[in-house]
Amino acid sequence: MPRAHTYPDPKPGDVILDFVGERRTIADYEAAGGYRQLERALGMSDKDIVDALQASNLRGRGGAGFPTGRKASFLAPPHPRYLVINADESEPGTFKDREIMLRNPHALIEGVLIMSWAIRAAQAFIYIRGEYFTEYEVLVDAVAEARERGWVNRPLPGTDYTPDIVVHRGAGAYICGEETALLASLNGFRGQPTAKPPFPAVAGAYMRPTLLNNVETIATVPAILAMGGEAYAAVGTEQSKGTRVFSLSGPVQRPGNYEMPLTGTFRELIEGLGGGMADGRAMKCFIPGGSSTPALLPEQLDTGLAFEAVQAAGSMAGSGAVIVVDDRTCMVQFGLRVAEFYRHESCGKCTPCREGVPWITSLLRRIEGGEAKDYEIDLLLNVCDRVEGKCLCPLGDACAMPVRSYVKLFREEFEAHVRLGHCPYHDMSPLSSLYPMPKSLLPLVPA
Amino acid sequence: MSERQRPTVPLQGGGEGRLAPGTTQNPDLYERIQVEIAKYPNRRSAIINALRLAQEEYGWCSPEAIGEVSRAIDLSPATCQAVASFYDMFFLQPVGTHIVEVCTNVSCALMGAGEVLGALEDELGIRDKETTPDGLITLRTVECMGACGWAPMVVVNERYQEHFQPEDARALVADLRSRPRTTHGHGH
Ligand SMILES: Cc1cc2nc3c(=O)[nH]c(=O)nc-3n(C[C@H](O)[C@H](O)[C@H](O)COP(=O)(O)O)c2cc1C
Ligand code: FES
Repeated sequence: MPRAHTYPDPKPGDVILDFVGERRTIADYEAAGGYRQLERALGMSDKDIVDALQASNLRGRGGAGFPTGRKASFLAPPHPRYLVINADESEPGTFKDREIMLRNPHALIEGVLIMSWAIRAAQAFIYIRGEYFTEYEVLVDAVAEARERGWVNRPLPGTDYTPDIVVHRGAGAYICGEETALLASLNGFRGQPTAKPPFPAVAGAYMRPTLLNNVETIATVPAILAMGGEAYAAVGTEQSKGTRVFSLSGPVQRPGNYEMPLTGTFRELIEGLGGGMADGRAMKCFIPGGSSTPALLPEQLDTGLAFEAVQAAGSMAGSGAVIVVDDRTCMVQFGLRVAEFYRHESCGKCTPCREGVPWITSLLRRIEGGEAKDYEIDLLLNVCDRVEGKCLCPLGDACAMPVRSYVKLFREEFEAHVRLGHCPYHDMSPLSSLYPMPKSLLPLVPA
Repeated sequence: MSERQRPTVPLQGGGEGRLAPGTTQNPDLYERIQVEIAKYPNRRSAIINALRLAQEEYGWCSPEAIGEVSRAIDLSPATCQAVASFYDMFFLQPVGTHIVEVCTNVSCALMGAGEVLGALEDELGIRDKETTPDGLITLRTVECMGACGWAPMVVVNERYQEHFQPEDARALVADLRSRPRTTHGHGH
């Protein structure tokens, strides 16, 4: 029953998805120059490797966009130190790390080995979300293949350093993507965030200095060493260098993962590579960086993909997950679905998030169901203000920011619900099957 | 495993060696958990792995399963239960042999996840979070699974079925009903 995927052909300039076909085996990867950068790295000092990353100006692909070389240079010196790869990918709309792990696992493994060597990590942990079972199997096979080649669990050629990679499965919790929660989970605790400082670079896994990066970030490291940091930085804008994999979803002609230079625009991604809207629908808005980022309007399609460009447009580049919303969609239902997600995933540790996010959800449910009074829209905005910036970790913001943007951009839809006492979209909205209108309200709907 | 001695790190807030390991009722599971523990700098890190192995063995995180994890990891049953209850993939109540999960997060919802859920509910005669009366199939909604570009998506016993359409529900349920009935391990 599962339909076969088709993968877009690689384009000139692609760095991570730069190959044809479903999966790159270790032989294919080696034939394309794979594991040669690891060999080269063994002849480089740790400072040379970190300098190459600094020169590349690579910014983390996990969401926060922190410069990768700078993060590595902050790592506290005492050993043992650990490398942790964030493969928890759960921000709604994001599926790029999954594709990298499924199709190009050795790029990740080589990146892990280079960074392990650079920081002389006692062990490297790849924390993969529990739902990614097939992806877990692919990674375990890839580590076994690398081990057969002598790259893992054996001193690296000409050194006395022995890398070790553990693929660690999570068990279903979005918050474990947040770095301190991930480390708590890896340490065997409930996956709740902790206050920073101490930062993972000082006290992370097992309270030891820990370098923590996203899958895509680390999978880019071999390419950066291959071309040199400066050459990598030749592509991109002032503050955002290189290429990035964007996950495009929603009612577009060709959803999927597309690698794009950070000089591109959302129009090139959505209308060019993605083929524009499916079935002749019109776009209502698009979400530029995963469900936690504020929506942008079709007029803003020419916004650049670069971190600073999305920020200037009033949103965030986030995880690179672009969700396109069509004009039949009720934005109250959409906001409710987003808020319900964050309510489900709130870890319950800090009060503004534990209490505020359920408030946001129930206000949205009342508005959607036509039960709300007119002041409740402003009450909703008020609760968003009380959550945003006041939580232990950014999960509360991840709920408040997008919801506020929906109210700001589509306030008349919210007001129509209050005025009519029901959803004006009736069953036209694709989300209305999740939020069916009570039968008692049906007579109110004009035929 | 590496020949070299890996650094080990003391447990934070754990009582290593507090519980007598000899009391296990399930020596095979106990040994498999020890293999997981050996991968990490301390025992506690293997708790998710241990809970997963125990759940596969007992079908859910039953008191017996938690008890075995507690003995194998050397942490109190309350600690093991607290960790299990944090994660969506651990079942704190009995579930069916097969687990069918429907993603209803936004990208899937935009592409018709609600209709897929409705079709599966009709076909199975149960609602979200319920199990068929014969104990064979549990249906539940889940949050984004990272397959949004191939929406709507359904997970059957931890394997993704992408582009799932409402009309696929009948064939899926017939297929699950025809599979030999194993008590545990959710189909694999
Ligand atoms: C609520 C929340 C969820 C997150 N989820 C993820 C995730 O699934 N994957 C990821 O790589 N980073 C995630 N992050 C970002 C991480 O905390 C961290 O910044 C990132 O993994 C660092 O890697 P990078 O520097 O390579 O981007 C999340 C952050 C927050 C606040
Ligand atoms: S929204 Fe369903 S898989 Fe992401």
